[in-house]
Amino acid sequence: MSTTATAFVDATIRTATPLVLAALGETLVERAGVINIGLEGIILSGAFGALVGATQLGLVGGFAAGVASGVFMALLFALFVVQLKCDQIITGTAITLLAVGLTGTLYRALYGTSGAALSIATLSPIPVPLLSTIPVLGTGFFEQPPVTYTLYVLVPGVWWWMYRTHAGLALRAVGESAVAAEAAGVPANRVRVGAIACGGALGGLAGATLVLAQAGTFAENMSAGRGFIAIAIVVLGRWHPLGVAFAALLFGASSALQFLLQAMGLALPYQLFLALPYALTLAALAGVAGRVRAPAALARVDDE
Amino acid sequence: MSARTTGLRRSNALVALLIAAIIVGTASVLAGAGFDIGRAFVALVSGSLGSWYAIGSGTLVRATPLILAGLAVAIAFRAGVLNIGAEGQFLIGAAAGTAIAIGIHAPSIVLILLVLAGAAIAGAAWAGIAAILRSRFHVLEVISTILLNFLAANLLSYLVRGPMQEPTKVYPQSLTIPAAAQLPRFGASTRLHLGFLIAIAACVTAWWIIRFTAGGFRVRAVGANPHAARSAGLIDVERVTMRAFLASGALAGLAGAIEVCGVTYALYENISPGYGYTAIAVALLARLNAAAVIVTGIVFGALEAGGASMQRDAGVPSVVVSVVEAGIILALVVFQRIRLTGAGAATR
Repeated sequence: MSTTATAFVDATIRTATPLVLAALGETLVERAGVINIGLEGIILSGAFGALVGATQLGLVGGFAAGVASGVFMALLFALFVVQLKCDQIITGTAITLLAVGLTGTLYRALYGTSGAALSIATLSPIPVPLLSTIPVLGTGFFEQPPVTYTLYVLVPGVWWWMYRTHAGLALRAVGESAVAAEAAGVPANRVRVGAIACGGALGGLAGATLVLAQAGTFAENMSAGRGFIAIAIVVLGRWHPLGVAFAALLFGASSALQFLLQAMGLALPYQLFLALPYALTLAALAGVAGRVRAPAALARVDDE
Repeated sequence: MSARTTGLRRSNALVALLIAAIIVGTASVLAGAGFDIGRAFVALVSGSLGSWYAIGSGTLVRATPLILAGLAVAIAFRAGVLNIGAEGQFLIGAAAGTAIAIGIHAPSIVLILLVLAGAAIAGAAWAGIAAILRSRFHVLEVISTILLNFLAANLLSYLVRGPMQEPTKVYPQSLTIPAAAQLPRFGASTRLHLGFLIAIAACVTAWWIIRFTAGGFRVRAVGANPHAARSAGLIDVERVTMRAFLASGALAGLAGAIEVCGVTYALYENISPGYGYTAIAVALLARLNAAAVIVTGIVFGALEAGGASMQRDAGVPSVVVSVVEAGIILALVVFQRIRLTGAGAATR
């Protein structure tokens, strides 16, 4: 039983890691009053960038290239949404479509049409001394690739930055009312572009994590809806960094349920397990959405 | 004013350049990797418009689901409903249509009508989940419809491996539907089927309803400004958006069943190569006009058919068509200033 529980916690953390990264970035973006549906495409671009970077420059280069690809796509989104004040939903949809097309085409152009799985060395888990020996929870939380550990700093860090610094206040002010923020001397557009770029960096890192810390390879459409899930997680987490991290863990746990249920000997169709997190997210949204308030200026850059 | 206009003009030029650069850049990477770009372009054109066979059996066959799903998206967007879930509604419609076609024995006309009606109801019901989540629980339909797309794909995967799998249990697909449920083709030498005419009839009817009836006026009013429509009285905004949402789901579901009865004759997992997502581009290019969807659906049908023959003849991955589609959407969103959110568009 204890090995099952250990596997359950481990799978939860592994699923949650890229989701927390992406959702944390989207939280910053939405707190600035922008909704980036293109997050799915940003994660995919990050994954592909990481593949190219890692085959050329090694692991560190891979992560850097993944982040850079995410930022590039995010800045493209920012150009349309902030500078040209285009519709955010349509632009985001186009960004995802663009990423699917570009990564799919470039993947086949650079690595052959056969689609033979490329194998890259992955970031190996580094156990934290002492902590990783805690029963049940230790392996899951403290024997992971270093990317996971950055979250233990990043999540509280973003919370502190958002609620305890002047810059964080400026970000939230822009998301509530850009006109009022401008009147108070906050450069609203610069704040938005900055937030979108950070969201792109974290989304790109999420994609890089998929390739370099988990799968060890790239596949077309390998983001597999994680960007959309991350956006739902932001709502579930009530636009709050700690809430978002918790919501992502919840999603990870519901994905990892299959380990527990299989161990109990339940022979259910595997599609049920694959579908469960989506269904639970929908149900959770129904329970939460009516009672929380989104940033007042969400999706309304053009209202000025 | 003039400074602002010049600024906008300059950025429009920048955008045009940027989109061109992305497409040219992609083409040169492909050329650099040894693909024959000239041959690919020839294949793109000849596979979509090069012959009567290419036009009828390639372009128009692919345009049929795009026109219906595009109409579904256009109607939803018109009413301020951000239905990104045409893909899932399409899959559910395809599954329901197949189940009826295989399960019920009836004369051809009756059976086809039952299949199409059942698929429309199933698509509407699937959209109805998101519609209820929106009206009762204030869940953004952008998020819920996308989640429902993933649920639909998993459900379909289960159906074709479980209860609906063909009896030998070898292939992950359903039985072939009986001949009585297959839509008639326009002659022996073409793959073009009756579904194309159904799609056109649906567009013309929807256009007429939106343009000339009181119900259509209400849809336009709610989509243009729900607050104004509400305070002007006499318009039940909730009811109008709910109906538009369900109608949108019904059309996408219909598209799914028509694809089964007209083209594939069986249900399997990858029955839609993303028709529900391309439909968004189809609707936007038509400026959400139901009649114009016919034209833009054919344009994207040609692009998809050409892309397929490009992959066949020149080995260029057909997914490159997505780059072109994204470029078109980005250009449209800048130059046509289409808005779904923010000022003057429907938000809660």
